[in-house]
Formats: sequence, C-alpha cells, structure tokens
Amino acid sequence: MNLRAPAAIRPEPKQDAGKRRGPAPRPYVLPARLFPVFVVFLLGTAVLSALVALSVGAVNIPLGDVWQVVLRHLTRRRVGENLVQDRIIWTFRAPRVVMALIVGAGLSVVGTALQALVRNPLADSYILGVNQGAALGAVAVIVLGSGALGGLSVSGAAFVGAMVALILVFLLGQRSGRSNPTRLILAGVAIGHLLSSATSYLQIHANNQALAGVVFWLLGSFSGAKWSQLGFPAFVMLASTIWLMLQRRGLNALLMGDESAAALGVNLNRFRVELLVVCALLSGTMVAIAGSIGFVGILIPHVARLLVGADHRRVLPVAALMGASYLVWVDLAARTLEKPAELPIGIFTALLGAPFFLWLMKRRDRHGAVV
Amino acid sequence: MRVRLDGVDVRIDGVTIVDGVDLVAESGQMIGLVGPNGSGKSTMLRTMYRALRPAAGAVHLDDDDVWKLSAKQAAQRSAVVAQEAPADFDLTVGEVVMMGRTPHKGLLERDSKEDARIVADALARVEMTEFADRLFATLSGGEKQRTLVARALAQQSRVLILDEATNHLDIHAQLGLMELVRGLGVTVIAALHDLNLAASYCDAVCVVDRGRVVAAGPVDTVLTPARLAEVFGVNAHCGTHPLTGRPLLTFSPLFPNHRDREPRGATKEVSA
Repeated sequence: MNLRAPAAIRPEPKQDAGKRRGPAPRPYVLPARLFPVFVVFLLGTAVLSALVALSVGAVNIPLGDVWQVVLRHLTRRRVGENLVQDRIIWTFRAPRVVMALIVGAGLSVVGTALQALVRNPLADSYILGVNQGAALGAVAVIVLGSGALGGLSVSGAAFVGAMVALILVFLLGQRSGRSNPTRLILAGVAIGHLLSSATSYLQIHANNQALAGVVFWLLGSFSGAKWSQLGFPAFVMLASTIWLMLQRRGLNALLMGDESAAALGVNLNRFRVELLVVCALLSGTMVAIAGSIGFVGILIPHVARLLVGADHRRVLPVAALMGASYLVWVDLAARTLEKPAELPIGIFTALLGAPFFLWLMKRRDRHGAVV
Repeated sequence: MRVRLDGVDVRIDGVTIVDGVDLVAESGQMIGLVGPNGSGKSTMLRTMYRALRPAAGAVHLDDDDVWKLSAKQAAQRSAVVAQEAPADFDLTVGEVVMMGRTPHKGLLERDSKEDARIVADALARVEMTEFADRLFATLSGGEKQRTLVARALAQQSRVLILDEATNHLDIHAQLGLMELVRGLGVTVIAALHDLNLAASYCDAVCVVDRGRVVAAGPVDTVLTPARLAEVFGVNAHCGTHPLTGRPLLTFSPLFPNHRDREPRGATKEVSA
C-alpha cells in the first residue's frame, strides 16, 4: 500500500529552477573554451585523411612516400621522383581526394546555411529542388545526348538544372513580394517531385549503358575528377564559405524567427535573396561536379551542432572541416571495398554516417536538447 | 527618443489590418496599446521595427523615417520583445542575449569584453545569470521571455517595443518586467492584454479596435466603462488601487445573468 500522501496535498517543493543543485547540464558536447583546439584537431584530421586516401588504393603506397610526393608538388621541386608513384598519387588520386574535400565542405556548409534560411533542421539542397533540377539536367544529357541540350556537358546541364529549379522555387515561394520559409519548403518539395518524375520518365527511355551512367550520377561519384575541373568549384566553395562566415550574426538572428531578425537589424528580404543565391551557386556547383550526394548536407551540420552548439561562428567552420574529412573517407570506402570495382558514393554517405549520428543523438538526449 | 506614426496603413493580401493610425510616444514615455485579439496591435508594432512595411504613412524615430534608415541603424534605436520565439535550434541563453549586440557590430568585428559585460549585465537585470549556459529551448515560457527581454536590454536602444511580452510570465515576473522597463528611462510602446498592467504602468493608453486607434490619452480618461463595453464587450468597474492609487479595473460579462443566454454552440449547425 502506498502510504505517501497524494501529490495534491504533499507540500510543493519550492520552485527555484534557476538554482538547481549540482552542475548545470552542459549545453553541448564540446566546452566552448576547447573550440580553437577542436578546429586545429579537425584541420589535422582533414590533412591526415587526405594523406591516407592518397596512399590506399589498387596499389598501396607508404604514407612517407605519399608525403614526399605531395611535398615535391607543393614546393614545385621535382628531383628524384618515382614517375609511376608520382602519377598514381598526383594525377589519379589527388584530384579526387581534393574534390572530395571541396564537395564535402561545400555540401555541409550549404546544408547549414539552408537550415538557417528555412529555419528547419531537416533542410538541405534536396528540399529546395536543387538536386532534382541538377539530376534532370544531367540525366537529360546522358540519355538524350549532349546535342539535344545545345551541346551542354553533363556538369553544365546539371548546373543549369539546379539554377532553374531554384529560380522556380524562389518565385513560387514568395507571397506579396516576401518569401517565407514554409512556402519555400512547400514550393521546393513540389518542384523537386515534379523534376524527379521528369527524370524517372527519361530513365525509362534510357538504354542499358545510359542507365548505368544515370545511376552512377544520381548516387554521386568522384571517379572522373581531374585537376583542370577543380579550380572553379574550389573558388565557389571558399568564397561562399567566407561570405557565410561574415554573415554569421545574421544567420544566428534568422534562427530565432523573422520578427526577431528584423528587430536585430537584419534586412530580411535582401538577406534571404542573397542567401538563396549563394546557396544555389554553391550547391549547384557541388552537385554538378560530383553528382547528387545525399545526406551529407543534413548529417554533418547536425553533428556539428551537437558538438559545438548552433551558433554559426562555430558551426560553419566545424561543419566545413568535418564534411571535408567525411567525404574523403566515404570516397575511400567507395573505391576500395569492392576493389577494383567502384561503387557510387551515395551508397555510403548514409551507411557510415547514420549509425554515428543516431548514437550522438541518443547520447545528447541526456543533456535535454531538442534536436 | 520620440516615436511617431503618421497615418500608417497596413494591408496584407489586400486586407486592411491597420487603418490610418496616428500615434505619438514622447521621449521616455510608456505607451500601452490595448485592444481585443486581432485588432491590429501587433501589426502596428511590426511597422515600427521594420518587420512590415506600411502601405501608406510613415513611422518616425525622432525625425527619421524608420524605413529610410538602414535596418541596422533602426535596430540600434529600437529593440523588440515579441510574443514567442521558435526554438528548433540549440542556442544557449548567453548566445541568444549576445544576439542583442548584432546591430552594433561590423562584419569582421568580434564580440568584445564590453559586449560580454553588457550581456552579463542584461542577464543579471532579468535574474537569469545562472541560466547563461542553459539551452534556450529547454527553458520554461517565462524564462524564455526573460531571456528575450535581456536580449532587448543588450541592444541598448532608446526605444523598447513590447509585443505582449508579459504573456507566459507569472505575476511576480510580470510586475518585475514592468518595473524594470519603467526604470530604464527609454521610450516604451507595449501591447498589453492585461488592462490593469496598462493602467498601473503606462503614461498613456491607446485603445485599438479593428485597425484604428479609437481613443488615446491618460488611463482614467481612456479606459472608461462605456469604451470598454464597446470595444471589449465587457462590463467594467473602475476603482482605485488601495495601495498604489492607480486606476483598478474589475470586469464582469456584459450579460450579467449569463445563465439566461443560450448555451454556447446550441444553435451552431453541425457541418461536415
């Protein structure tokens, strides 16, 4: 028998929530003062990941030799080089590792920014129809041939598709000249599905060879990477990331709602348009060179927020560095697990990331976080 | 800082929400906006902090049109505590309050020691110092509201706009907030649901009904039984607070013998 008084007549404990006993729950996993150390650690991880990815492959090359080759090329001294090793590392592997670094950072940064823009932690470039637009462009070239689209390359068509999708979403997501997050998401989802069905229709009419190309493109791959095509994406990724870092206060203000942002001196309509343009350019460029790689844009920003909190001055650099390392490892898995066959990257982005993400989420529940 | 609305109209999707509103708050005055739900109080306030551009008329802070200032300049002059804030992202209380410094910072500028001091001071004034490292999303409604008040304080503006900022607060915190705001010496424009809070603290009250200001002036001349009956549809009795001497309102339904009325929903058709 329960001898305790029912709750209603038991004296209420004194309400004094602010002065709870014991240590206050830590707001996020990493204490703020360790942030600089953490950034250095992530930078080191990215460099190390890249070196490991350069050394592993059909022929394994010792890390020391990899380091020598990289150093020779970076300092432009070419004495005593082993030509075969040099070609494997610098001509074949390095462009794809660098592409993985660029795309990983780019997709993570764009995911972070889009999540602030539409104030929804589930947003990424899929939700604004960008990936589907790029897919339609690329698949059209693969299936119908470049001639049918005015001689555009697969990447070129993907970029154009991404831009067209985003302009449509932006125009449809407005109301009385003001864009609003919910409408943007709804327009993005609708346009995305519309474009996907067009892509599916094209796939039905593709021959087997084209279909293989389509599947590979839709799941993303770095296999075609060449030094010559990396300059523009690298520039776009760095410039967008720097611009977004400068807008960190505006991005933070957006998280608290439109009214809040306006009250804090953010010119809402202009800032939204600028953000959309930068995000479109960045995600369009990334998707155009690497295909449609899903999940990274959601996974990495979340992990970054779980580790360092939602303040953009910390999330953006952490997401960029983590995303870069992450895709290097994913690409390594894609090209080594079924050697010598290559698997598309999209298969591994979620396979490797989702379990870690779920573990981190459960761990974090104890801290009383919402997402 | 003086706040002046001249013939402000707001139309949203072709519907007029605010209709030719004139309003003046002299420097250091506290003005209460009262009116039924949906009367346009919040919409009027939004035109003052650049969340909504008026279709006609102008909002002036001192002699400058708010919409001709830059967003940043306007935010240096006026701060807002709005009704509710979404909390889907993990920001700490300290980070939220630090946002109040946004309009004072350049693109490359970092948070200085001075900013940290201002934030700590703002937190102390709303008794939220111990909460600095807590996640905003884990707070109660009242704690969230106090955090947003601290953010507005950190903005250090000469005008403070409160959009039903006392909602969700317990009575101690409600009075504490009103006392705090009164003591700042800045111009305050507050939309309030609690007519007695308006009566106790405001220098003047504006009664807003269907997008228009139907009366404005000192509490005792504006919040009269006849007007409250007309605007709110309630029976009001105006007395005097035994301790403060301020006007004290008590209310009863306009139809005192409410049992004689048909029960609610009895005549409502059931629609499929």
